[in-house]
Amino acid sequence: MKNSKMKKEFKVIAELLPNNTRVLDVGCGDGSLMNLLKVNKNIEVRGLELDQDNVQKCIMKGLPVIQGNAETELHQFPNQSFDYVVLSQTLQAFYDPEKVLKELLRIGKSVIVSIPNFGYWKVRIKLLLFGEMPVTKTLPNTWYNTPNLHMCTIKDLFNFCYEKKIKINKVIGVNNNKTSLIKRGNLEIKNLFSKLGIFLIG
Amino acid sequence: MNSKIENIKKLSVSKPLKLDCGKTINNFPLAYETYGKLNENKDNAVLVFHALTGDQFVTGTNPITNKEGWWVTAVGPGKAIDTDKYFIICANVIGGCMGSLGPKNINPETNKPYGLDFPVITIKDMVKAQESLLEHLGIKKLLCATGGSMGGMQLLQFCSTFPDKTFSAIPIACSSSHSAQNIALNELARQAIMADPVWDKGKYCLKNLQPKNGLAVARMVGHISYLSEKGMQEKFGRKLQEKADYEFSFNADFQVESYLRHQGYAFVERFDANSILYITRAMDYFDLAKQFKGGLVKAFENQKTKFLVISFSSDWLYTSKENKDIVIALNSSGADVSYSEIITDKGHDSFLLNEPEFLKTLKGFLDSMYEKFKNEKRI
Repeated sequence: MKNSKMKKEFKVIAELLPNNTRVLDVGCGDGSLMNLLKVNKNIEVRGLELDQDNVQKCIMKGLPVIQGNAETELHQFPNQSFDYVVLSQTLQAFYDPEKVLKELLRIGKSVIVSIPNFGYWKVRIKLLLFGEMPVTKTLPNTWYNTPNLHMCTIKDLFNFCYEKKIKINKVIGVNNNKTSLIKRGNLEIKNLFSKLGIFLIG
Repeated sequence: MNSKIENIKKLSVSKPLKLDCGKTINNFPLAYETYGKLNENKDNAVLVFHALTGDQFVTGTNPITNKEGWWVTAVGPGKAIDTDKYFIICANVIGGCMGSLGPKNINPETNKPYGLDFPVITIKDMVKAQESLLEHLGIKKLLCATGGSMGGMQLLQFCSTFPDKTFSAIPIACSSSHSAQNIALNELARQAIMADPVWDKGKYCLKNLQPKNGLAVARMVGHISYLSEKGMQEKFGRKLQEKADYEFSFNADFQVESYLRHQGYAFVERFDANSILYITRAMDYFDLAKQFKGGLVKAFENQKTKFLVISFSSDWLYTSKENKDIVIALNSSGADVSYSEIITDKGHDSFLLNEPEFLKTLKGFLDSMYEKFKNEKRI
């Protein structure tokens, strides 16, 4: 999942974040995004990461990282202790994404969530025409070994925020190197043509 | 052995030290050792705090015991804490028996060894004594301070009491307060010593004796707690000690028995029984949250120090959970903290062993902190 992370995604996330803020990167991987934010934007970064190798990579880069599971260990972060919390392409892998999202909104004044879009046309075609679970660059695993338990589309997350009264500040669709702003009006079409959705909420 | 003890590095601490128990000690010896060279900028100093039965001889050969230093796996030329690059300092804790003021020293009031007249000391007292050493060595700010087990407890106290004295800190396999289980195990060790008739309320030192049997049992208790159930099973299983079958006696039939006996009786050659009483007591009294009226978060308020907390998955003496509680408190106080849990079967002892993942993490953090510290100093 982490391997498929597009550099473009990090650039978009970095652009959304103001300089000199405090940011928690949940599932920070090897610290690439944290490093980018720290070096380019003087952001005070913290990471939470499950994988031992990745934790070590962060430590070697001098990036503060806590080894732990976001599903069960977000409680350790105090209320509103970060300006932003970032969750990159991991929401769909939690047992209880709703609970995790609530925790993120508790910890951060704002939250940036990115999701691989299950509504992307290639994904839809795979299932509709071939009758197979989709395997794409953004979703590289097969049905039996995918960590993704709760796949959703940009439209799903959009509606979810609306239902749960979570304020949506900005939604950006990413397709390779192109980005576009997603609003109610263009949701259907963007949901079809974006590989990735990046939500700024809270 | 005593003549050798006279030759080790010692600082006579002239500044009076008011102990937590209310008594004051002054002009007391603090034995220490250093490795590597302090550079011109004085920004490469690393302070190591030793554990319960450790001493200042971190690496190389211990001149008193002629055995390897207790942390040769991590400290030395080219090692994680590289003596070619860093200046490593370690002091024997007060209450110890490797040259620093302890119960076997002569009480100036009686001209006899202190024994149980030695004041009860705390982790905070140990740490305050060591601060004098940094002053003596002319080090305003350490690059890093580290320690495992009781060394980690000293480190937490050090960071809390002297928040500006170290740029970074690596507490390893420790706790911010001793749990009931920790206290119980220490009590078992103390009772073993006290049950030895030679101990004689600590007065054995007047007779030039040592309660060897009690002290050896105390050490055996420790050794069991330093291993994990799985590690012990893998290392010893039910293997017999150089024999084909049971002897139908109470000799050490099993390898694990032989191991414990060996560890126990080797220990009495280098350690003082009263020191074990005093140091284990200091550990039991340690409760950082209590010092700050129940708030561990308060203990770390305004911390500029960058922390890396390391725990070992199979450590049941100072569990990952206890280490994580430190991380949570540091986090809540807004401190810069990293945490890594090393997956291993080797139990609490892991920090002393050749655990590649652990040593890699240690090195990675220390080297990255050195770069940062140098940069910060330049600015």
